[in-house]
Amino acid sequence: MSKEMKLIAEWTYKPSDVVRGYTNQTLFVNVGSRKFAAKPVSEEMKLKFTGGRGFDLKLLWDAVNENTRWNDPENEIVISGGPLCGTTQYPGAGKFYAAFISPLTDQTYDSNSGGHFAPLLKLAGFDALELQGKAEKDVIVFIDGDAGKIQILESPFDDVNAYTITEALHEAFSDGSNDDKRFVSVISAGKAAEKSLWGCLNSSFWDIRRKVARLKQAGRGGGGTILRDKKIAAVVVRSHKLSGDINKAVDVQVLQDRGNKLHREIHDLDAQQCRMRTVGTPHLNEIMNEYHLLPTHNYKFGQHPDIDKIHSNVYEGLFTQGIPDGCWYGCSLACAKAVDNYTIQTGPCKGKVVTVDGPEYETVASLGSNVGVFNPQWTIEANFYADHYGVDTISLGTGFAFVCECYERGYITKEHTGGLDLNFGRADDLMELIHRMAVGKDEFALAVGQGIRKMKRIFADRYGAPYEEMEKFGMEGQGIEVSEYVPKESIAQWGGYFLTLKGPQHDEAWLIFMDRVNKQLPTFEDKAEALHYFPNFRTWFSLVGLCKLPWNDIEPADNATAHRPQDAAKVPEHVQNYVDIFNAVTGRNISKEELVLMSERVYNFQRVFNLRMGKGTRKDHNIPLRALGPVYPDEWLAREEYYDNELKSVGVEPAGLSVEEKIARLQEARLTQWEQLKDAVYKRRGWDRNGIPTVRKLKELGMDFPEVVSVVEKHARPEDQWKD
Amino acid sequence: MPVPRISGRTSRVITVNGEGLDWHEGMTVRDIIRARKFTFPMLAVWIDDSPVSRGAFDTTVVPDGATVQIIHMISGG
Repeated sequence: MSKEMKLIAEWTYKPSDVVRGYTNQTLFVNVGSRKFAAKPVSEEMKLKFTGGRGFDLKLLWDAVNENTRWNDPENEIVISGGPLCGTTQYPGAGKFYAAFISPLTDQTYDSNSGGHFAPLLKLAGFDALELQGKAEKDVIVFIDGDAGKIQILESPFDDVNAYTITEALHEAFSDGSNDDKRFVSVISAGKAAEKSLWGCLNSSFWDIRRKVARLKQAGRGGGGTILRDKKIAAVVVRSHKLSGDINKAVDVQVLQDRGNKLHREIHDLDAQQCRMRTVGTPHLNEIMNEYHLLPTHNYKFGQHPDIDKIHSNVYEGLFTQGIPDGCWYGCSLACAKAVDNYTIQTGPCKGKVVTVDGPEYETVASLGSNVGVFNPQWTIEANFYADHYGVDTISLGTGFAFVCECYERGYITKEHTGGLDLNFGRADDLMELIHRMAVGKDEFALAVGQGIRKMKRIFADRYGAPYEEMEKFGMEGQGIEVSEYVPKESIAQWGGYFLTLKGPQHDEAWLIFMDRVNKQLPTFEDKAEALHYFPNFRTWFSLVGLCKLPWNDIEPADNATAHRPQDAAKVPEHVQNYVDIFNAVTGRNISKEELVLMSERVYNFQRVFNLRMGKGTRKDHNIPLRALGPVYPDEWLAREEYYDNELKSVGVEPAGLSVEEKIARLQEARLTQWEQLKDAVYKRRGWDRNGIPTVRKLKELGMDFPEVVSVVEKHARPEDQWKD
Repeated sequence: MPVPRISGRTSRVITVNGEGLDWHEGMTVRDIIRARKFTFPMLAVWIDDSPVSRGAFDTTVVPDGATVQIIHMISGG
């Protein structure tokens, strides 16, 4: 098929070899001006930004200015793996990280995905890819690592939905054989990414056992929306240089030793620990329910009597077993579960028999319990269409949950929804809304796709819905929807979700057990310490190209007894593994402490980047009231004794108070605690009272580049500096 | 009737993650886990600063007045 695609522009280059994890050059493609370039990677860039998300943000900083909005041509999607990406000896090393100015948050966003794209991009000779500009009509960007050429091709596809275009492009850019298709990877979005701000980036790998293209997602932040705004139908990379030592590591033996040890742990212990190899992340379904953390009915409740219908055992039965489900070679954790031979029941693919990736826990909750649907078949179908149409399942589900509550409360009616009954649990009508969003069928479908923050305003302006009430239960922070854990049970998790760089996504810190159940974080200073360490430790995965799951979703047999509880939570042996494999690949000699320092550099750089974009201050760290506690009587009454005790813990005697009064008093106390948490966290992170990194902190980190310091100096105010 | 455990002190209560729990003779780690509905599989248990291996939860008897930590190991979503 490649011959059928009209060549628009072509550029040839000399593929750079990988040495110690780096190719030492990045690729720039502007689909509007049709300009191409290879940019050198300096030693300083490696030292300060490491790779992956660090490279993304550095390149994005250089590409945009403070006035750039998401749909301006200079906005970029920057994609990078990192120096460990492509490692086959240690599990979880196939991730890429994409960064861009988000259509949802108007600041930087970073989102990650498994699949084969980043390792193949590295083999094609590049540490990162910058996509800039806007094409006049749909194009395919083809990176041919074998021939050393980049092409912009006219897209021949009328249907840009992900499964359609991905299968076709694996066919088109291979010799057509099952084996050869694995040397190709495709990034795509889909039709709904054109009509909503929730567009995701689908990233493929060819599953040679199933003989189908599998799709993993950099789901969050609207990257797919930007891809389609640039009229890029897909980005294709091809390289046949796959080998067992892609990164040309300094010491392969260390990689093998650490990898073999972890493989043994996974083999021996996974069945008793998280069951990642048989059920993957849905092992959490009933656990989250038991601890009142499974969001149901728009985070009103954390438990539901129908939990058995979505129990992990049900999903285990639906997932095909006995197939190594790693999304990159060498990942024995193998959590990329799939449902095979699923017959689509609705929409344009009705009747087709397909393989559906997932659902992951997040999707079981978002397109399941949170919208009041406890039917795995429906969730699987919704998951398929979300991927196919190119929308993020988390924002979609949390957004729909908000819509359902607005409908339940009578703020919107069938008159507004185009005849759809959008009460919680109305599975058929919710599925129909997904299809309507994909084609932008009507005003309402388009409004929903704008995300909760804009929906609140639209519903108020167009339909007369009460804005202040919707503010209470619209579960978004910084403009993006909350992922799928009930946050109102843990003060530390308020920070894990809402004192983040990009909004309430669960990839910075998940502290609910440490805080709420283990009681390991009794003071604000304890919580702040955790909100310093974990976000920075976890940022490191995004710099080097690793998946987080092999860190703590499997642990050594003696982890719980060999270390004091506070230390055991960090899984010290695995952290040491990361230090060892980083040094083994790159030849550097970092320590555990320097690992966190590497992250802190990029974390603070990203915070200043957001400041540069007009965000990144205290007021931008917003939190909806439902994240702090119950906002309506039914929430309180569902756990009356529990919440009465919560009220007592803040010094208020509940006897004699009405439920409404209790809610108001608890909210009042928790808002005070929220501000106390902000102070403690900002202080620990080396930020001022307004949440801005201090120049002193930047100097300490070696990130005091003049252009970075000047942003801070422009915004920092004397009254926000700490007195002590 | 409270039973003396240590000279000069009586108790029928243990502390689990900072909160009191009624104690009974022969109480095991598993009994506490059940009582608290801790269904998460990756638990670390410490009794009075000594670790208990997961394989010994069913057989380890918790002494009266003990300070028990039952730590849920997950620290990332």
